[in-house]
Amino acid sequence: MSIEEKVIEIIVEQLDVTREECVPEAAFIEDLGADSLDLVELIMAMEENFGIEISDEELQKIRTIQDAITYIKKKKGLAS
Amino acid sequence: MKLKGKVALVTGGSRGIGRAVCLRLASEGAFVFVNYIRNEAAARETLALIDKAGGEGKAVCFDVADYKAPTEALAAIVKEKGRMDILVNNAGVSRDGLLVRMKEQDWDRVIDTNLKGVFNCCRAAAYTMMKQRWGRIINMTSVVALSGNAGQANYSASKAGIIGLTKSLARELASRSICVNAVAPGLIITDMTSAMTEEQRENVLEEIPLSRLGTPDDVAGVVLFLASDEAGYITGQVIGVNGGLYM
Repeated sequence: MSIEEKVIEIIVEQLDVTREECVPEAAFIEDLGADSLDLVELIMAMEENFGIEISDEELQKIRTIQDAITYIKKKKGLAS
Repeated sequence: MKLKGKVALVTGGSRGIGRAVCLRLASEGAFVFVNYIRNEAAARETLALIDKAGGEGKAVCFDVADYKAPTEALAAIVKEKGRMDILVNNAGVSRDGLLVRMKEQDWDRVIDTNLKGVFNCCRAAAYTMMKQRWGRIINMTSVVALSGNAGQANYSASKAGIIGLTKSLARELASRSICVNAVAPGLIITDMTSAMTEEQRENVLEEIPLSRLGTPDDVAGVVLFLASDEAGYITGQVIGVNGGLYM
């Protein structure tokens, strides 16, 4: 499974949204209805699934699905 | 068997109120991890009592005041049992003395164990409970958090801090069906109060409407209730168990 697919799978499960809603530009809070606790769970799920650690400063910059995918790829040392 | 299938961790579970809580939870079907820091013999005795009551448990040694240790311990528990349902933050110490003469380490040790320890353990357990969409966190505060007590500025401060933490965490985790409450025991017959002189005991009894000191079981019963499904609409509360000493 590609990183994009995995990220979307996690988001669909955590935020209880549909795959169709998960376009790259979708913003977690504004478009997908996530509150602060949802975001925390989402980030922790990503950390667990990809074996990475996301600091709070870096977290601030992750607003959309594309942000998350780009960030994870960078952390895993892959080209975006 | 109100707690069948549930996994509980009781910090400071080897003696006193902690032991009574371990026994109550175990006899209602919970698998109880009995945390201790030094007194392994007492922890084993608690386990033996659990076993005699037909329950199941395991001892787990770590210092709640150490940020990493509870994280590692909870991770191991979740790896072994697949869940963490009930966290009872009961570990507590006292280093009594008048504030004007209190040493820095006496202040720090009490705050670190009693208050930071609660933070450390809650932080370690919360994520699992959030994923489960079920959890019970019960924090042991004290009557002195509300009334104050000369000679216990550090202890009272740590216990009062627990109340603020409890209410805030209750608000944070409520959407995940995790109830966070505090129990405020009054004067309970344990090692912590055994050092009272006869005269002190007499004086204190005069202040207690129900005319007796409490037993660890008096407190454990309330913890059991809060840990059960029956208390699913109770969160952010402080329940006093003090014979009327404070109202």
